[in-house]
This record gives sequence, structure tokens and C-alpha cells, in this order.
Amino acid sequence: MTHQVGRRGFLAGASALFLGACSKVADTKIGGTLLNSADKWHQKIHRSLSDRMALAREYTKAEISPTFRGNGSRTVGTEAYAASLANGFTDWRLEVRGMVDTPLSLSMENLRALPQRTQITRHDCVEGWSAIGEWTGPQLSVLLEAAGVQDGAKFVVFRCADNLNGQDYYESVDMIDAYHPQTIVAHMLNGEPLPEKNGAPLRMRIERQLGYKHPKYLTAIELVDTLDNIGEGEGGYWEDRSGYQWYAGI
Amino acid sequence: MSKPVKRHGLITRLWHWVNVITLTVLFMSGLNISNAHRYLYWGNYGFDPADAWTSVIRFPGWATIPGYYSLAEARDWHILMAWPFAIGLLVMWIAMLVSGHFWRDIRTHISEWKPAAIKRDIIEHLKLNFDHGDAKYNFLQKITYGIVLGVLLPGMIFTGLAISPGFEPAAPWLVDILGGRQSARSIHFIFSWALFAFFVVHVVLVLLAGPIGQIRDMITGGKQ
Repeated sequence: MTHQVGRRGFLAGASALFLGACSKVADTKIGGTLLNSADKWHQKIHRSLSDRMALAREYTKAEISPTFRGNGSRTVGTEAYAASLANGFTDWRLEVRGMVDTPLSLSMENLRALPQRTQITRHDCVEGWSAIGEWTGPQLSVLLEAAGVQDGAKFVVFRCADNLNGQDYYESVDMIDAYHPQTIVAHMLNGEPLPEKNGAPLRMRIERQLGYKHPKYLTAIELVDTLDNIGEGEGGYWEDRSGYQWYAGI
Repeated sequence: MSKPVKRHGLITRLWHWVNVITLTVLFMSGLNISNAHRYLYWGNYGFDPADAWTSVIRFPGWATIPGYYSLAEARDWHILMAWPFAIGLLVMWIAMLVSGHFWRDIRTHISEWKPAAIKRDIIEHLKLNFDHGDAKYNFLQKITYGIVLGVLLPGMIFTGLAISPGFEPAAPWLVDILGGRQSARSIHFIFSWALFAFFVVHVVLVLLAGPIGQIRDMITGGKQ
């Protein structure tokens, strides 16, 4: 009995020593930089391994998961949102603004009138789980071409109606992911209008990246030349709040 | 092929100690990542605990990197350490093939696959008799090293890559042969514990075989 405690104590002690060393490494300038900048190389490496426009896998209807889990914000939770939900989002507007020649304010009807893309893809959460669903909506590239992106715009920022822990959700991608053919503004899931828990009425699909890069309850698409002045400057809600990698391809 | 003078080659020794660090960080940060969603599935999708083939315990802080729950920091450590681990394994495999270490010492021969011989080997092991005769490693060691070097370690890299949605377009076949992303994730988890089991047996045998001499030889190279 004492022997067992001793062994467990030794293991815990050894791991504490190791943990201590690890936190020391993370605190040094080189260690911290290495840990934080690795996602930039991983993005470059992923993009050098396959075509920049290489498609994420698309599945057949038979492979769609029985339900599609809602995670993070499952509603916006305001009275205005409840009213919009009740009236079928007839008053919802999606703005395209920032570094564009022609800012746009689009209704759901406007978005449904655009050419649509339907794709059955797998959604991978950073936590580890996956769900498969069929998404429908216009490609982001169509909206960007309609608005006329100005020279010098480097990122697309997605503004959302949901507020988590006192901060408005937002996300961002670079122009390569913005123009990717599978990057769509989805208004349908599995042939039905987007359910509330999955981001009604609009959510981005940034296939090839993890779930937190797919913002829900979308209100605006903003073209910017830097992410420094947005939120806390890390490019997204979870990036600011918890230090998640901005490139979420792993 | 000249016979190496040392018991362990320089690359073997460097690789061994690099692995002590990389595998420890990978395993402990992996346990932190496991805490984020403690259910494992087979196939392409899986999110409902009711569909899981197993649920995993919540690993305590002393077993994880960092020592508190942080999926973001654990992922930073895990993904960074995967590089020296993967490059080290590649270098080791090239070195083993080029130097002949693999062909000479690790590859098994048909003559060794006789039930009677295997049985004798197991009995000798249980008696803690580690005399190898003329060969560098006995049959059980060869099989174990073969599984670790050829299946478990490369398997960790390939199943890890298959979990990455950004890597998948480069090699969708990899996800297919593993049976889908959630299967790859399950195999990643199983292999990591198989490696932990190897680690435990390895350390126990080193302790039984004389830890001071064993560790000294893994540092200095020792004598053949």
C-alpha cells in the first residue's frame, strides 16, 4: 500500500518537475515565440503541400450525421434576435464593408437570389468531435466581387450578433481562405433554414479549418488591412480570449 | 559493413534522449487535449457520447501539460513537439537502414518464428534471464522494437496528420485507410497508451538489468 503511494508520489513529483520546466520554457522569449508562431508555419506548410484552392472532402448524403451538434453560443439571446427569429429573419441584414468600393447591405432574400453552392462537409471542433452536414449558401467570393475589394485589404473579418462572456464573437481569415470555393455564407443546413443552435440565419463555412473559425449569427463582413485594431488583435474571439491558434488547420 | 565498436550508435543515443523529451511532452499535452472531449468514436463523425465506443477518464493536472486545463496551450505544445519527434523518427529510420542496424539486429529471421523457440524466449524473460546468445537482441525484443519503430511511432504521426483538417486535402487517402477522422483519433489515443505501456516495460527491464550501466551506455555508447 505504502509502496503504491510512493510510486504515485514519485510519478507526480517527476511530472511536476517536468511541468515546471515546461512553464519556464513557455515564459522565455524564444519559447513563447516558438509556441505562438508555430501556426504561421503550419499554414505555410499546409498550403505548400496541396493546392491553395484544394477542396476539403465532400461526403454523400448517406454520410450526413443524424444531428448537427450546436456548440459555443447556441443562441444570441436578445429580444431583437428572438423577434427576428419569429419573423423568419426578414429584417436581418448582412453588411459588406470596410476596404470595399461599394459597401453592401444584403437581406436574406438578396443572399438566396445569388448563385448557391451546396456542400456536404465534416465539421471538426477543436475539442475533438466531428459532425457532417450539408451546407448551402453563396460563395464569399461572389459577395467580395460584388463589393469590389480595394488594394491593400489583407483580411476578412466576420462580425457576429452573439456575445460570449461579455465579448462579441468575431473571426477572421486571410484572402486565400476568403476566396476559397468552399468558403460560403451558409443559410441552410441539411436542406432547411439554419437552426438557431447552428447560427441562424447565417454562418460562415471555412472548410479546412476547425469549428471556431466558422462564426455564427453573422451580421457583417469587413475588409481590413490589419487585425491589430480589432478585439484584442489576435484575429478572433477564442484567439483573444484563450490563445487559440489563428490558423486552425490542425 | 564494419561492426560498430559501441553498444549504441551516436544517432541511437541522441534519438533516445530527444524522444524522452518529445514523447513526454506529447503524451502529457495529449492528455490535456483528451480532457476537452473525453469520448472516442469510430468512423468519420462522432460528437454524441451515446455513440462513443469508450469514454475516457479526466486526467488530473499532475499528468498534463500545462498542469491545468488549457486546450489552447496544450495544443501549442503538442503541435510544436510533433516536429522534433517526427524528424527524429525519420532520421533514425534512415540511419538504421543505412548502417545496417535494422537488417542486422532488429529484423527477425524465419528460424525465430518457431513456437517452441518463442515459448522458450518468454519463459527465459519471465525468469529474468536476459542472455541474448550471439544476437544483439532476443526475439521478444526484436518484435517489440519492430512494433514500436515500425507501427506505433509512425502510427502516431500518421494518425495525428489525419486528424488535421488543413492537412487532409493533401492526402485524403490517409484518412480513408484509417477509417475516417474519428477512427484516426481513436487509434491515435490507443497507440499513445501502447507507447506508454512500452515505456513502463522498458523502464522496468532497465531497472532489472542494472539501471546505472544501462543509462551510462545510452549516454556514452558503452562497449559492444
